[in-house]
Amino acid sequence: MMESFEPVLLASVQKPDSHTLKVYESAGGYQTLRRVLKELSPSNVVEEVRISGLRGRGGAGFPTGLKWSFLPAAHSGPIYLCVNADESEPGTFCNRILMELDPHQVLEGTIISAYATRSTTAYVYLRYEYPLAFRRLQNAIREAYEAGYLGRDILGSGFSLDVFIHRGAGAYICGEETGLIESIEGKRAWPRTKPPFPAVEGLFRKPTVVNNVETLACVRHIMERGAEWFRSIGVPPDPNDPRDPGSYGPKLFCVSGHVNRPGCFEAPLGVSCRRLIEEYAGGVRDGRRAKAVVPGGLSTGLLSADELDTPMDFSGPIKAGCLGLGTGGVIVLDETYPIIDFLHNSCRFFAHESCGQCTPCREGTAWALRIVERIKAGRGRLVDLDLLLEIADNIGIIPGTTICGLADGAAWPIKTAIRKFRAELEDEIKRTNPKGWRSTHPVPAFSDGNIGTSKTTRLPVR
Amino acid sequence: MSEERRTSTIETEKFTFLSPEVVASIRGYLPRYPNSRSVVLPALHEIQQSLGFVPKGAVLELAQVLGIPAPEIEDTLSFYQFFKQDRPLGKYRIWVCRSLSCALCGGENLLDHLRKRLNIEPGETTVDGRFTLEAAECLGACESAPAVFDQ
Repeated sequence: MMESFEPVLLASVQKPDSHTLKVYESAGGYQTLRRVLKELSPSNVVEEVRISGLRGRGGAGFPTGLKWSFLPAAHSGPIYLCVNADESEPGTFCNRILMELDPHQVLEGTIISAYATRSTTAYVYLRYEYPLAFRRLQNAIREAYEAGYLGRDILGSGFSLDVFIHRGAGAYICGEETGLIESIEGKRAWPRTKPPFPAVEGLFRKPTVVNNVETLACVRHIMERGAEWFRSIGVPPDPNDPRDPGSYGPKLFCVSGHVNRPGCFEAPLGVSCRRLIEEYAGGVRDGRRAKAVVPGGLSTGLLSADELDTPMDFSGPIKAGCLGLGTGGVIVLDETYPIIDFLHNSCRFFAHESCGQCTPCREGTAWALRIVERIKAGRGRLVDLDLLLEIADNIGIIPGTTICGLADGAAWPIKTAIRKFRAELEDEIKRTNPKGWRSTHPVPAFSDGNIGTSKTTRLPVR
Repeated sequence: MSEERRTSTIETEKFTFLSPEVVASIRGYLPRYPNSRSVVLPALHEIQQSLGFVPKGAVLELAQVLGIPAPEIEDTLSFYQFFKQDRPLGKYRIWVCRSLSCALCGGENLLDHLRKRLNIEPGETTVDGRFTLEAAECLGACESAPAVFDQ
């Protein structure tokens, strides 16, 4: 089955002018929308998506049909659809590829999903750092209005939809769905406590659905080819895990870091991590071996070299001790890269991106960074590793101390790095601080001067 | 509706920071949202694009245009690191990615090189006002790491 896999999400990206309406329509674009509006009711679409087993592609993997079914059935006021295009997870760029090279596919999925959820306004929350995606998407929206696929009474169906792009301003937390909602409302992107979930009370306190770009692109193909087609790809539920709904459909995987051909590849869910690296991305750079691999964006943590046969479905990385499949952003670290540098990079990222609302996350990420900086400055002690683990085990929604999952994303790289590479980290500490000096120097929590490798920031040895 | 009336009667000629064109384009966003506070982010982008930064005076004028209290705007503005409040950005704003994929491929060396070459630290602007250097977190261009976003 895997051998005969035919890409659908990236089927058109190689065509010249793939972003234009003309090219999109020539390959059957918007025919699915036409058929859906003519033949199906919104609840038919929700049902089809539910049967397909589609799970959100943005990181959490929540079943999309189920999410839609939480919307109140008899709601007279407006319902909003938010398209989450705030892709900022390190190692992830598949949404950008979709929006730059096939924006109409995203738009058709958005219109079908808005019809299914009875939304009349959709906001695309696009991160500011994607100027080409912005122009392409804006142009696609203009073309869709002109062709009657957007606006009032779409294709004579009586269904109306407006789509607006709302550009972000450089904050990772805006990818969290309630942070995104707050940001559209013009506030700081502080995630909300749930419940109420957005489906009940979301944007402008109205029922709201937030879906990732790739999820919406999948909806278009499910409605074109049917739920059964979608279920023929991927991995069925694990019979030993009653809570596993299965991982169906194609997924975009972004492979970057120390590989020969970094890029965005479409593969069935359940493809092994090794295959993504060896076959799709051309293997590890310079004939080296992989030391560790981030399976699905920085938040998910690390796989060690002997865990590379992990299947990349929603539960595979969890079984290998990672946070989850995440966004499918695979980052390969070769054997020369020190794990302490990975830890430093990851801690810096999350300390920088913590929104500051919950104390455990704000302080936990900042202190974790200080401890790692102290190790890098030659003042680390072996107990520091346990201290880091203690922080990591106590921040996030899994231990129940924060509002959103950012802190879980900060914790998993720490936990997996220390639990899987403890010997290397201990050696590093013993090597850089053989006499076990305690630090008498305050180590700044934030310092842009601390870039580079450890040798540039070593403190004077007394 | 009272909001709309207030916003349409203020005299924009008295503004020192917001030009009539900027005010017009900010107002252009109003029909997209059910309330005017949602326009804050698009408006701040417009202001930063025209002035190179978002000075205090511009926030006060924006508050008049949108009919909302200035501290609400300040609250939002200070959250997003993208906006500069103290002084204008350089003509070119160079973001150098330092997140993992780029760090693996020499992103931090690139940032180091630019620091030395331009003789400024990340977040600063060269004396001639040409370049602002910024250390960025993941720019979403990991396939071509190390990534730089020139704005």
